[in-house]
Amino acid sequence: MSEVHAIEWNRQDFPDAARDLLQNSQTRKNVRHATDVIQAKRNKVAAELADWEELREAGAQIRAHTLRHLDHYLKQFEENCIRAGGHVHWAADAEDARRIVLELAQRHEAREVIKIKTMTSEEIGINAHLEAHGIQPIETDLAELIIQMGKDRPSHFIAPAIHVNRAQVRELFQREMHLPELGDRPEDLTDAARTYLREKYLRIKVAISGGNFLIAETGGMCIVESEGNGRMCLTLPDVLISIVGIEKVIPRYRDLEVFLQTLPRSATGERMNPYNSTWCGVHPGDGPKEFHVVLLDNGRSPILADKEARQTLQCIRCAACLNACPVYHQTGGHAYESVYAGPIGAILTPQLNSMKEGRSLPYASSLCGACYQVCPVKINIPEVLIHLRGKIVRQDQATLGGKFSLWNIGMQAAAFLFRDASRFAMAERMGQIAQKPLVSKNGFIEWMPLTLSGWTQTRDLKAMPEQSFREWWAKERASRPHGEQASGG
Amino acid sequence: MSLGETCAPDAIAAEYAAIPRNYLRTSVASADTREDLFIDRLLEYDAGLYRSRRESIAETVAEILAIRDKHRLAIPVGLPVEWLPEGFEFGVADAWSHDQLDKAEGTLSGCTVAIAETGTIVLQNASGQGPRSLSLVPDYFLCVVFAEQIVATVPEAFARIETTSALPTTFISGPSATADIEMTRIKGVHGPRFLDVILVA
Amino acid sequence: MRVSLFIACYNDALFPQTGKAVVQVLERIGHQIEFRPEQTCCGQMHWNTGYLREAVPIIRHFVQVYRDVEAVVIPSSSCVAMMRDHYMKAAAMAGDAKLAAEIEELLPRIYEFSEFLVRKLGVEDVGASYPHKVTYHASCHSMRSLHLGDIPIRLLKQVRGLDLQPVQNMEECCGFGGTFAIKNADVSSAMLADKVRNVLNTGAEVCTAVDNSCLMHLCGSLHRQRTFVRTAHLAEILASGHESVSGAGV
Repeated sequence: MSEVHAIEWNRQDFPDAARDLLQNSQTRKNVRHATDVIQAKRNKVAAELADWEELREAGAQIRAHTLRHLDHYLKQFEENCIRAGGHVHWAADAEDARRIVLELAQRHEAREVIKIKTMTSEEIGINAHLEAHGIQPIETDLAELIIQMGKDRPSHFIAPAIHVNRAQVRELFQREMHLPELGDRPEDLTDAARTYLREKYLRIKVAISGGNFLIAETGGMCIVESEGNGRMCLTLPDVLISIVGIEKVIPRYRDLEVFLQTLPRSATGERMNPYNSTWCGVHPGDGPKEFHVVLLDNGRSPILADKEARQTLQCIRCAACLNACPVYHQTGGHAYESVYAGPIGAILTPQLNSMKEGRSLPYASSLCGACYQVCPVKINIPEVLIHLRGKIVRQDQATLGGKFSLWNIGMQAAAFLFRDASRFAMAERMGQIAQKPLVSKNGFIEWMPLTLSGWTQTRDLKAMPEQSFREWWAKERASRPHGEQASGG
Repeated sequence: MSLGETCAPDAIAAEYAAIPRNYLRTSVASADTREDLFIDRLLEYDAGLYRSRRESIAETVAEILAIRDKHRLAIPVGLPVEWLPEGFEFGVADAWSHDQLDKAEGTLSGCTVAIAETGTIVLQNASGQGPRSLSLVPDYFLCVVFAEQIVATVPEAFARIETTSALPTTFISGPSATADIEMTRIKGVHGPRFLDVILVA
Repeated sequence: MRVSLFIACYNDALFPQTGKAVVQVLERIGHQIEFRPEQTCCGQMHWNTGYLREAVPIIRHFVQVYRDVEAVVIPSSSCVAMMRDHYMKAAAMAGDAKLAAEIEELLPRIYEFSEFLVRKLGVEDVGASYPHKVTYHASCHSMRSLHLGDIPIRLLKQVRGLDLQPVQNMEECCGFGGTFAIKNADVSSAMLADKVRNVLNTGAEVCTAVDNSCLMHLCGSLHRQRTFVRTAHLAEILASGHESVSGAGV
């Protein structure tokens, strides 16, 4: 049996992964084009709503309230779901979830299962697990189909194949769908996908989905999608298995009136995405005969317990933060080495892994705040990034290697200097002297040693002037501190 | 492990009720404004739009089916017979198999509510609308929307369907689409590729 | 009004002319400036890098230096953002209620330089003249933390002879981000490359902003490429056209 990890790692830190991806000009071009397009659309439709900020505020508060009382709402959801004829399973971690899903698929003797795009299924690695047991999962979302056929990894939650262009898709479909004559217009490609998948929808008995929202009041679920593959998977098979993170609960059906405004506008820049489906449990003559919800913890409850970081779980997976992020623009999603990429990935991934993996991710940000600005549920991502950096620093300081690292020694020294003005002034003086050998004739430093060479590889650095401001003030102004006129500065 | 903070249900309900909802929950848009906006949105995503009076729905259906060159449609249980013109076949989709649905040329149905702001039609599993697969599998969907069913905003639609939220519900805002290839929006993936609306005033 | 200047550690060492410009502008419009030599740093470098505990004494020092001040003016929006966004949190983390109270009391008296001119003093025309083609980069903290909006642009528009050219993607981060520029040097450089390309496309001779951190970053590339496009803090432009501050910008 294959060993499947919850989130596959190439063991590369973000700076290294980023450096490799920055060399790939095709990916960079694709990502830049796609994010520019969605961002422009998103800005336009958000601006259309006079109450956009009020919707964000309400959304943030509904999510925060729910998380404060998550056990209450999950319990309510479970009771109501069961009452409506559904089954609820609790999965403590990825292994648990895989076991449950596999058992359900095997119970129904499924040789194939159709899937709607869901990050949770990637998170737990269900595809590899099913394949290892002779069950073929078939992605029905166009982008996920592209990823699956290309044996690739998703790089964005709304447009997982954002890093692939049409020529690359055509090549893939020609090969995998045996369509040598396939045209390269996007219409040709989607037509091919439609034909390929239609017979599967009508025939395959078991489907796997995620869930955009779990509704505690009704015990029901809401799925938000565009292509119709979601509706196909939710209504035609006999059995539906939905793998949903525990944080996806909202209290009442009516709360959807907020999120169905902010989610489509944030995710795809549309006033409303083509299809939303809501239902509860099972309904005779409409949809599956069996409905199973697998509630996935997999590292979420410790995040809940951390009051500063809890807002991470408010996320409704719109990916607006990815589209807005200037770092993501440059590297695309694979640099984050995780299902969850971009700004939300930078805070969610390390936390889901108990701060043992993904420790370079909280530093993969210039703290510009563009993500917070667009988040429809107002997650203050920069705040959480700093909070996680704090955790990482303390973790490192507790080890010998970390305590005596250059960074820690340097930062401790700087802190010592910054606490006292005379020490600070002395450090400035020493800096002015120490830099002398590095300063070129034009007054710039073009090379610095060790870690600092990261700067000078691509940038010059202005050298410190002969006289600092405080030295100037002390010399020219201290004798007349209130700015009486003098002959010059 | 306890998730979140321990709290009595009453206190939780009170906290929930206290969440500020300063977004627009009702609108003062006139019926004409709502209608016009709804039509604009439909046309934006290339849905066909036809107007009809209550008495002439069947005539309008006939016209549209002639344009679309369709002769046999599936209809849900409870669809008003007055809507059905002579000269076409209408099969009541009562517990149909997937194959039966797949062979249908299209579907004719009513709806529960429509949203002008987003050009959305909301269907529920109720008389005259049928199960979800009916508006999904056939490649063509023809929907009758009454002017009084059109609300201006999303919150108003939810106010109307709050009490029937247990029913399987579908929000349709255009034909199916994807933008997964280079962000070019392509219509017509797995859901019905063709959508016509009869607006009855 | 008696205004106390907090120069910011990096301005003190690298951009003293910005401080001189602030002094000049404020004195020209009739205010008294003082400079407390006990000042050091706002603590953002440590705080933002995750050295949260280490930042607390630095913060305490700042609060203690300015406790009794009438107004502090700071030509660095990232420092002001640090204070407004994080100082209370730092005090809470340290469990120091007294420090928290002092911070709360001090915060309303802290101003970023351009915000001080326009929002506090209601002044947009400081009598400056700067006959150059200039483009303005909106630093992240000034926009998203301080919500300065178009304040810097309004000030620039009043400068005689200044030809203001808009830059594409004005609000996109320049890639500095403090220690980010070192820890993620490649991505930082890629972000900078985009920003510099946009700046060069404006045809401007000078790029300005309200933060020298961004300008230091921009200048690093503009100079490396020998473009001869200069950078100058907004204060230096506003101080121009009268005596003293010689050759604003680098």
